[in-house]
Amino acid sequence: MQQSSSLRQQASFGTTTRKDAWWVEPVLVGLGFAAFIIYATFRAFENNYFEIGPYLSPFYSPKFNFDWWHMSPAFLILWIPAGFRATCYYYRKAYYRAYFADPPACAVGHFGGEKYCGETTFPLVLQNLHRYFFYLATIVLAVLWYDTVKAFFFNGAFGVSIVNLIMLANVILLSGYSFGCHACRHLVGGKLNCFSANACTKSQFKIWHWVTRLNEHHMLWAWLSLFSVGFTDFYIRQVACGAFPELQFF
Amino acid sequence: MPEATLKVFRSKGDTNTFETYKVPIEDGMVILDAIHYIQQHYAPDLAVRWNCKAAKCGSCSAEVNGKPSLMCKTRMDDFTTGEEITVEPLRTFPLVKDLVTDVSWNYQVNKKIPPFTTNDNGEWVIYQEDIERVQEFRKCIECFLCQDVCHVLRDHDRKDAFMGPRFLVRTAGLDMHPKDTLNRSKYVKEQGGIGLCNITKCCSEVCPEEIHITDNAIIPMKERVVDQFYDPVTMFLNKIFNNKKKLV
Amino acid sequence: MSENQNYETHECDVLVIGAGGAGLRAAIEASAQGVSVALVCKSLLGKAHTVMAEGGIAAALANVDAEDNWKTHFRDTMLGGKMLNNWRMAQLHAQEAPLRVKELEHWGAVFDRTKDGKILQRAFGGHTYKRLCHVGDRTGLEMIRTLQDRGIHQGIDVYMECTITKLLKDGDRISGAFGYYREDGRYVLFQAKAVILATGGVGKSFSVTSNSWEYTGDGQALAYEAGADLIDMEFVQFHPTGMVWPPGVRGLLVTEGVRGEGGILRNTNGERFMFKYIPEANKKDFAETDEEAARWVEAAVNGQKTDARRPPELSTRDNVARSIYTEVKEGRGSEHGGVYLDISYQDPERVKKKLPSMYHQFKDLADVDITAQPMEVGPTMHYIMGGIRVDADTQASRVPGLFAAGECSGGMHGANRLGGNSLSDLLVFGQLAGAGAANYAKSLSSTPSVSNEQIKSAIDDLEEPFKADKNVNPFDLHKELNQIMSTYVGIFREEEDLRTGLEKLNQLKEKIKHASSSPNKIYNPGWHLCRDLQHMMISSEAITRGALNRKESRGAHSRLDYPATDPEYGKCNTSIFQQGDEMKVEMTPCPEMPCELKELFEKKH
Repeated sequence: MQQSSSLRQQASFGTTTRKDAWWVEPVLVGLGFAAFIIYATFRAFENNYFEIGPYLSPFYSPKFNFDWWHMSPAFLILWIPAGFRATCYYYRKAYYRAYFADPPACAVGHFGGEKYCGETTFPLVLQNLHRYFFYLATIVLAVLWYDTVKAFFFNGAFGVSIVNLIMLANVILLSGYSFGCHACRHLVGGKLNCFSANACTKSQFKIWHWVTRLNEHHMLWAWLSLFSVGFTDFYIRQVACGAFPELQFF
Repeated sequence: MPEATLKVFRSKGDTNTFETYKVPIEDGMVILDAIHYIQQHYAPDLAVRWNCKAAKCGSCSAEVNGKPSLMCKTRMDDFTTGEEITVEPLRTFPLVKDLVTDVSWNYQVNKKIPPFTTNDNGEWVIYQEDIERVQEFRKCIECFLCQDVCHVLRDHDRKDAFMGPRFLVRTAGLDMHPKDTLNRSKYVKEQGGIGLCNITKCCSEVCPEEIHITDNAIIPMKERVVDQFYDPVTMFLNKIFNNKKKLV
Repeated sequence: MSENQNYETHECDVLVIGAGGAGLRAAIEASAQGVSVALVCKSLLGKAHTVMAEGGIAAALANVDAEDNWKTHFRDTMLGGKMLNNWRMAQLHAQEAPLRVKELEHWGAVFDRTKDGKILQRAFGGHTYKRLCHVGDRTGLEMIRTLQDRGIHQGIDVYMECTITKLLKDGDRISGAFGYYREDGRYVLFQAKAVILATGGVGKSFSVTSNSWEYTGDGQALAYEAGADLIDMEFVQFHPTGMVWPPGVRGLLVTEGVRGEGGILRNTNGERFMFKYIPEANKKDFAETDEEAARWVEAAVNGQKTDARRPPELSTRDNVARSIYTEVKEGRGSEHGGVYLDISYQDPERVKKKLPSMYHQFKDLADVDITAQPMEVGPTMHYIMGGIRVDADTQASRVPGLFAAGECSGGMHGANRLGGNSLSDLLVFGQLAGAGAANYAKSLSSTPSVSNEQIKSAIDDLEEPFKADKNVNPFDLHKELNQIMSTYVGIFREEEDLRTGLEKLNQLKEKIKHASSSPNKIYNPGWHLCRDLQHMMISSEAITRGALNRKESRGAHSRLDYPATDPEYGKCNTSIFQQGDEMKVEMTPCPEMPCELKELFEKKH
């Protein structure tokens, strides 16, 4: 039996006795978001290659064309999904850990000052308005569904291509993400205390139950839909600038 | 017989050290068995809190290799042979001695929560789907690992303003009970400090009962607070259709 | 000897020692009656052994089987206890359990529900009908949490991690209790008009037990030393299904709920052996074939009626424990010395839902997936039926001001307790004890005084292990006690074994006087154990003496040398009390059951 090491350490950034690679997750998450943000910003400024034939990039849908707006129309749209995701309960967890390091991982010392207010003061108190972004994002989602359906018709004739299949996959993933949202779960039935009270609450229970099923994998939906929305835009861009083929099957 | 090496946090008067002990490993052994072995063979005064040894009472909470865990549930064969295993007390609460900390703050917080209140004194008819959410919360064994890992309490030491995940779970369990007549939104916002939670989910990660603390308790409570205090539409609707539950 | 006479003092009308189900319920009741209440517990609040109770609370609510009523419950309890029970306690228990369960529900306990929204009930060994109200397999946790939250909002003062080592008396009457805080060794005096003991059982005297470290027989020892008598201490229940592997969890409880939900016991040859162990007299109540038992389970799972009879695994605990023991002893045991309990033939999702903590317990601790593999189980010391003799209606012991409820009291369960009757016992008699003690406290015209001499002797006793001439490791002594009790006073007993056991206990008693501890009072488990050992010795000796004295086999007490049940012994309780320094054993007649209750046993049911 021998004696070794020291006192209880003070909590400072990165302090932990964890021996596993706790930093891998926040690093990967941080890189993943950064990659998407850089690509999306680039695409928003590019203001080109977002539409070809019946296909419209989700970054530019709904397509606005106002005389008074001189910048890329993407900016008129993107704040909605950006706001929806920025206030999303999953994303909040992910970026508070990856970018604010508050905390970087469980039982690992945080980064930053003494004064911690969580989400009680401006600007983070605005996270509470997540449900309004959910309403807006649902409208945008409806438009994306419309775009997708439209993408299957070439001058009135039904056709299937790699592009409209990608668009379809994208809207399905986006729907899975949006309707598994915590705010949505609350609004459809989570706010009730008694589900069996009457016929109305009983049907609310059924909807709540479905939303709960989606919500259990909210993180997965969040990542898949983030990737798919970027990829859809990327593919349409490549087709529009002639780099990728359209690959129409029939 | 194979041996394990444990570095155990010991307090000797005012100084704290890690002491290293060698413990023979048996099949299916858990950290608490090793601690008991040390107690019996090397250090009868090694302080450790435990009761059931079956992950049902939540007494033997500690930090094993830096991870908040129940010692009775952490198996020795989860570690590689020859690895040094560190065992420390919960960091968030004041140290009493060795692996024992003073968790009395939690009991003070619990006492302040508006209790279960009902006005229905008859025979209760409640359906299973109405209580499934509440039953999940009531699985809690009060091991306080979530309180320990929560950075609001652990790093920022906001015990003055934040009730912690355990008691948000408890409050949610009361609020969602179909026969309860109180609405605790105001309480969790003002006394409970729910806004201090930034849903980084470490509580859910360490919960030995696998309660979805954040997704099923804290976030729904946050949404209830939004209904009451942040969403102008629901606030307006609440005024018109006077909610039956009493706001506390 | 220390001259340090510093201790803190608290005054209350009623002091409750032990904060499990019985203690909490008693404290709530006493407080509701308007007296001041202090509640002391050895652990943190809410960690008491009640959290380990899994299967459910027996109460004849008749939600699932409409034929059920208190009389059937009473009858089941008496038959399960081999008629040695205090009939009045069994009657009160059967009558009041439904009220207590509904009350608990109204305090916020969330029981599993039937399809029509009532409290769901499941089958258990020895119960004629499906009677156990439950919450998955964590009923005890639900109960203790509900009581705890009710209690703290009622103005009860709770003293956590505090051990009581001595009851104080003013003449014949109780005047308080003395003890120490585990956290820092600070001494504490409680001045009280009445004391309720609710300290639970004695499991830590045995090596294979489902009990936690707290179960050191404190209540039995405190009462014995204060002049109360203990009854029927020889009746120690071995739960048939404890885990047998891995070694670290040997003895850990596997809920009877597994069998209630259709679990099948098999030996290593795959034989469903329980069929052959059902006593002749009960054969008519149990299924005779696999097929009939399967039909019963099928119906139970779907909440339907059936004419099939119960599976043989639902025999009483004493019988199942002996059967398993016999199978293993005769060489038909499993790899690690148990038998197989199998629920894996059922739908995995249902098993996980109905037995979640069993699922996790086996998965996490033994690498066994109970939805796919059988469990290995064997008997484990679980409960003591005997305890402090109390009056049925008030739970008062023979010492004025001393009350007892729950496992540490005796009489209710006779020679064998039915599963599920313990949680209901805690609630029913906790409530009665609370009321009894509150009334007693109110009736006192003056507050009893405490004597400094008694306090001084309590302190001296506590500081004994610090003396320089002490040199024995208390953990070694504890292990020795475990070995003695498990070897000589186990499931099957014999005159010679018991005599050897008693002799060894006497030798151990001497050694315990030399138990030593480092003189550090801050959370020092070694020091705590030195004191606990003295309490363990008293109950261990009482069990052994009681077992020696009862020359018959009855319920949980099985004598190889007296295998038959002797009707003469059935008329008497074993009573144990202190006379001078000696432990005395006497047989005292059981209270006579009134005619209208006797009739219940004559009628064909």
